[in-house]
Amino acid sequence: MNDFSQSLQLIAAEEVLTVGGLILLLAAAWLGDRSSKAISIAAVAVLAICAFIAAPTLGEGLMGPETVAFGGQYTADAFAAFAKLLIYLSAAVALMVAPGFFDRHGAMRAEYPVLILFAVLGMNMMVAATDFLTLYIGLELNSLAAYVLAAFLRTDERSAEAGLKYFILGALASGIILFGMSLVYGFAGSTDFAAVRFVLSGPLSTGALFGLIFVLAGLAFKISAVPFHMWTPDVYEGAPTPVTTFFATAPKVAALALTMRVAFGPFGAQVDAWQQIVIFVALASIVVGALGAIGQANIKRLLAYSSINNIGFLLIGLAAATPQGASAMLVYLFIYVFMSVAGFVIVLMMRDADGQAIESIEDFAGLSRTRPGLAWALLAVMFSLAGIPPLFGFWGKFVVFQAAVSADLIMLAAIGIAASVIGAFYYIKIVKIAFFDEPVDRVAPVTQTSHKVILAVACIVISPLGYLLTPWLGSLADKAALALFLIV
Amino acid sequence: MIGIEHYIVISSILFVLGVLGIFLNRKNIIVILMSIELILLAVNINLVAFSVFLNDMVGQVFAMFVLTVAAGEAAIGLAILVIYFRSRGTIAVDDVNRMKG
Repeated sequence: MNDFSQSLQLIAAEEVLTVGGLILLLAAAWLGDRSSKAISIAAVAVLAICAFIAAPTLGEGLMGPETVAFGGQYTADAFAAFAKLLIYLSAAVALMVAPGFFDRHGAMRAEYPVLILFAVLGMNMMVAATDFLTLYIGLELNSLAAYVLAAFLRTDERSAEAGLKYFILGALASGIILFGMSLVYGFAGSTDFAAVRFVLSGPLSTGALFGLIFVLAGLAFKISAVPFHMWTPDVYEGAPTPVTTFFATAPKVAALALTMRVAFGPFGAQVDAWQQIVIFVALASIVVGALGAIGQANIKRLLAYSSINNIGFLLIGLAAATPQGASAMLVYLFIYVFMSVAGFVIVLMMRDADGQAIESIEDFAGLSRTRPGLAWALLAVMFSLAGIPPLFGFWGKFVVFQAAVSADLIMLAAIGIAASVIGAFYYIKIVKIAFFDEPVDRVAPVTQTSHKVILAVACIVISPLGYLLTPWLGSLADKAALALFLIV
Repeated sequence: MIGIEHYIVISSILFVLGVLGIFLNRKNIIVILMSIELILLAVNINLVAFSVFLNDMVGQVFAMFVLTVAAGEAAIGLAILVIYFRSRGTIAVDDVNRMKG
């Protein structure tokens, strides 16, 4: 156990985020909206510093007592570092694509980077929490910033509606998690993950079982898993596209890492109690995500269903309940972040000659003849999301199914693979529209270099070249998964 | 004698009322904000009751944090509601339907 000054050293990344966020908030208040671009750049710099602080923890695979801060409230281990690095990356992308989007609406305000930083701080606390109290504070810090971000385009009806829906369902989810945590506290006598695990290692009392189910149901809301997914398409469609890019990546990583930490930490001795639920939720997410996407005409709604579908595949790794499953989930998360970023950057690049956003899938027709670069990027993203080899998206699905098979969940893997074929239908439909339909030629040439660079990098990672990363990625994910299972 | 189970029953009833308030209410979004508050207060009753029952301070500290966060949540909820009202001119639940599918 570490003393107070050592604890402060362990949370260095969070301190940088807090102080950086507060200073930038003051700068935003003093300098006004003219400074929003400079503040965005400063926010990206803050994220880069945090990434440099978190990277060695992951590289050295730190775990165990020397990573525990504040008497068990907080654990800055390799698992937290892995999730944090993905979160910083997603947040940096959300910051870099924002000015181009908001400037068109005359709505680039200096609060945007500050809100992103505070959301990232909340997510950092979520992935590192080893106490229900820390977990709750992190979750709320993230959620409160996210509600405001969803409604950021104040004059747009859809954005305001997205903010409202996200707020109501998010607050309900927080309430459900909180009720579950209060029951777990009452029946286990502690909020500390290790202590709860110790008490719950015997037979489970009804009260603690209810607590476990409530906590998992609330977390399913946050990761938008079926049956708690209904807010996702509306929020993704209504929120400004840079914010949607953020929602599809960083909070998903954080909430999923949190779910892993809770499932393997305090409830790690009760795998039998939650495994059936996770299997059901995983399969339901895959099927509903695939079927729901088929009738969609809006690309953002389609990507929302696609993210529900992907969460289902990720949860198959959780259902395996082994270090191999956890490692597979982290690999999948890494690939998922790059696929989502590429997908939403393509959506951001779809603009007609007047600068109006094109979100209707029909307008993609014949994109391969009018904008070939964009069309090939779209093809890479869609095939990767569908998990078609040789694209890198296939590797994520492969490791997850491999983990499920080695955990003797062969039926689950078989049904999952069958259901992923349904998903392939709508991904390939988009490719068909973009490559074989008569061109409508509405999409104007892309001017922003930042978008092009981000898309190029993301496409290289999800292309077959991504397989060069697998040994490195696999060893990092294994270190992180080991750290997750060691606390227990 | 009032035991711990009485508190759990009361807080469960309040929690269920809060959840039903969100889903059954068809009229006004303000009522939804009140329902969310009801859920959080149900949790607080649980936490304080368990805290006394277990003779452990953490529950009461937790309740303080929940109260603080609830205040922030209500402020942000009302702010979003004001933006929404400005653009739509209504806060009826049935009218929150610009996006569907």
